[in-house]
Amino acid sequence: MSLLEVRDLHVWFELPNGTELHAVQGVSFDLDHGERLGLVGESGCGKTTTILALMGLFPPSVSVAGEVIVNGENILGKGESLIRDYRWKELAMVFQGAMNALNPLMTVGRQIVEPMELHGIASGAAARKRAGELLEMVGIAASGADRYPHEFSGGMRQRASIAMGLACQPKILLADEPTTALDVMVQAQILELLVGLSNELGLALILVTHDLPVVAQVCERAAVMYAGKIIENGTTEDLYHRPRHPYTRLLFATTPDLYDDDDVISIPGVPPRLDRQIVGCPFQPRCDSAFERCSSEQPALKSLDVGHSAACHLNDVPVSVTAKPESSPRNGQALDAVDGSDDGS
Amino acid sequence: MSMLLQEAAVGPLPEVSRRPLRTVLRHHKSGLIGLGIILFFIVIALAAPVLMPYSPTVQSCAVFAPPSAKHWFGCDDGGIDLLSEIMLGGRISLLIGFAATLVSMVIGGGVGILSGYFGRWVDIVLMRITDYLLVIPPLAFALVVADVWGPSVVHVIIVIGILQWAPTARIIRAQVMTVKERVYVKRVRAMGASDTRIIARHVLPQVAPLLVANTVLTVAVAIYLETTLAFLGLEDPSSVTWGTILQHAFDRAAVSAGAWWTIVPDGIAISLLIMGCFLLGRAIEDALNPRLRVGHLSTRRWKLRPLVGLGPDAI
Amino acid sequence: MNVVDSLATSLRADVSAPLLEVEQLKMHYPVARGMTERLARRPQRFVHAVDGVSFSVAPGEMLALVGESGCGKTTTAQAVLRMLKPTAGAVRFEGTDLSTLSQRKMRPLRRRLQMIYQDPYESLDPRFRVRQTIEEPMLIHGIGGSAKDRRQKAIEALERVGLTPAELYLDRYPHGMSGGQRQRVAIAASLVLDPVLLIADEPVSMLDVSVRAGVLSLLDGLRRQRDMGILMITHDLATASHFADRIAVMYLGRIVETGPIKEVIRNPQHPYTKALLSVVPQRDPRKMVKPLILTGEIPSPIDLPTGCRFRTRCPMAEERCGQIDPELRTAVAAKGDDHAVACLLA
Repeated sequence: MSLLEVRDLHVWFELPNGTELHAVQGVSFDLDHGERLGLVGESGCGKTTTILALMGLFPPSVSVAGEVIVNGENILGKGESLIRDYRWKELAMVFQGAMNALNPLMTVGRQIVEPMELHGIASGAAARKRAGELLEMVGIAASGADRYPHEFSGGMRQRASIAMGLACQPKILLADEPTTALDVMVQAQILELLVGLSNELGLALILVTHDLPVVAQVCERAAVMYAGKIIENGTTEDLYHRPRHPYTRLLFATTPDLYDDDDVISIPGVPPRLDRQIVGCPFQPRCDSAFERCSSEQPALKSLDVGHSAACHLNDVPVSVTAKPESSPRNGQALDAVDGSDDGS
Repeated sequence: MSMLLQEAAVGPLPEVSRRPLRTVLRHHKSGLIGLGIILFFIVIALAAPVLMPYSPTVQSCAVFAPPSAKHWFGCDDGGIDLLSEIMLGGRISLLIGFAATLVSMVIGGGVGILSGYFGRWVDIVLMRITDYLLVIPPLAFALVVADVWGPSVVHVIIVIGILQWAPTARIIRAQVMTVKERVYVKRVRAMGASDTRIIARHVLPQVAPLLVANTVLTVAVAIYLETTLAFLGLEDPSSVTWGTILQHAFDRAAVSAGAWWTIVPDGIAISLLIMGCFLLGRAIEDALNPRLRVGHLSTRRWKLRPLVGLGPDAI
Repeated sequence: MNVVDSLATSLRADVSAPLLEVEQLKMHYPVARGMTERLARRPQRFVHAVDGVSFSVAPGEMLALVGESGCGKTTTAQAVLRMLKPTAGAVRFEGTDLSTLSQRKMRPLRRRLQMIYQDPYESLDPRFRVRQTIEEPMLIHGIGGSAKDRRQKAIEALERVGLTPAELYLDRYPHGMSGGQRQRVAIAASLVLDPVLLIADEPVSMLDVSVRAGVLSLLDGLRRQRDMGILMITHDLATASHFADRIAVMYLGRIVETGPIKEVIRNPQHPYTKALLSVVPQRDPRKMVKPLILTGEIPSPIDLPTGCRFRTRCPMAEERCGQIDPELRTAVAAKGDDHAVACLLA
């Protein structure tokens, strides 16, 4: 049994004009003990919303459906009251811009002790000692517990946020773009830390990011999200060498590589609006391999290989039968159409 | 194809500061009420010469006559109809209020912009002057002016104007300092734009809404100050303003005569107008501040929907 | 031979002189001192944001200025743009030294020297329509003729940056546009003045990945077609590797290595460059380069280490590194004499 099973997760946001934004549309994935999973996608694809759903961190204008099963129990079943027991103890989160999410008026040590006391894990001197240990574990001297966040650099604040996440010994750590605002050297340090913690503590990690190379280096598996859905799920090696969805392939092609001289492309067009019903495949307007079926029928996420699934009609059709691709530009000719507006995330 | 794709994208919600006044007021009913109150008083003030039932200076009833069908608000110590007095008084009080506000907005806005934009010694000098004015006790200052120059409506306008521009200058300066650091300002400066152009085309439009909100709120303060100064005898006692009406009432022992009607209606008029200005000003301020949506601090929680019986297509 | 000289020589052999020549540029900021410190006559300390930087950009060339935050690359860009007054050194743009020019004298030169900023969400005035943003540079410099002419020029600029049909964009406000589109508008506004040198400060770091290549290709196309020089500030080595001709790696206010991009990336000479390259994540999970993760953090630019400023984190530092401050000179193991490095051991 997996540590975490997400089944058919949906999240809707109420919009001020009365309609709903369907931000997460039936997301399902599994996470095993100690596994590192990447959740990849661009802005607006729903990846941050997905992990917020795992923690139940939503404002009142949101509705959620589906199952989030941790150790056999559906924590989404009874709403906020049940999730609170799991929050931070089983699942903890390191937020985007965590270095700016630290309370400037409390010492770092106090901020690590706080969740321990709130969840009844430890208190007083024992908690402070443990806070010191956690700081050491993330590479900060224990004496740093008495310092305030503004005395630390960005990288160290991120480490402190990770220590805070580990306070109640969770089994799953959700990291939302943990290195986005950091320099490449500091990023390497933080990623090394996360991998190390995952290996030593048996911590499962979900790494949310738009940065494919980071996922390739840190995670064994990854799920690629587009327009609120997971469109491909597999090992990072499969995703790079044997992608079974055009978006995955194109996404890798947009990322320049240090040593490769392949052309870097951009994907023309925009992601679809999530406040309207989408007919057919959500990626079809931008896809370079779309055919007739793609505009009328939404592809389901199907298992293609052991541990590799994708939601694309191309996987159903034998090569000889594929009809001529529709209008869309070919791979590499990305300049004629323009980059469109962002969705809200 | 690209056009279709364009239109297919979600248009982001419009920037709050650019919403027309209509939308602002629709979302803030209190602002609408405030605006209504202010307009009401402006109309009365403008139409006062026509609307007044009796003369505001000539006696038309008994001294301290209580409110009756003929004199809705009764009469004051000189037998003058209070309703007429309040109408005329409103006219002058509003005039003083708006004029003083205009003075303080122009000076305060100007100082704030110059100080915030140019910084360094301009900022230092202007802010020291502003600081000085901020700490002057308003009443003491008014007393001195009245003593030296003699009490008059014009002097009251000047005093209020001088006292009020300092807080405005500080607020505007803070906003200008922020706007100055915006990337688009740096960009046009790097293109060679002159300071005049930057202030006129980029800074002023950003600061104008704040100035408007501040103006409305300053009118409230100006009316209040006028009342106070008149009440303390610093205004020409022969002029008819809301403040002098109150002053006469107290001077002539209206309270011991039990003539509440010489104080209460006037007081209510003042309070109502100040409240109106406050409501409108605050509604504009709120509209400029887009971060006032309900966040997580709410007793309502996110909702769960059952998935029973629904396949992926049905949702 | 000194690198700048050799580069300048090789370029003079070319048709055109370098557009931009920066020589020993220094930007030192005094650290604020309180009353007591002043009275106690403690020595004035300085932030050595830029501490002796030299490079050049030729027409049609893209130079990537690479480094981590705090290395001084943005300050260098600001100094080149003459938005800051250099503490020392020369910034020669088309032969004229900008470092001593007053803002007034700078104004006409600003037409030919433009900057593209990092944040597309902040670089356009939210109250200006696209048309106004693009026309403003023309109004500032008094070019463009009548309103009709200006509108026509704006349309041409929009088409040049790929925002077509242009009429669809002219009357839009920035908040209705994506990051990629806004950045293109900013580029269009710069192009209207026909610049010869463009400074791009992290032009795509705030854009979605699927959109970055479009904007970068646009810049690339512009410099090839119009012989424009581009100084690109970035922390992204992979991007630099794809689009730039040459690279200069900065650390704590100095250039530690410079040369043709492919050469520096395939044959790095400075330990810092080697470390930086090794920690750039690869797309292909099979290719795991052993990362040389440097410990600790960048030292303060106020109290620089003696000798080589990188020695505190350098895995190869020797004793003499603490005594001698290495100069930028041709690397021994380099292929070609325009690959220079500032390291005693290279």
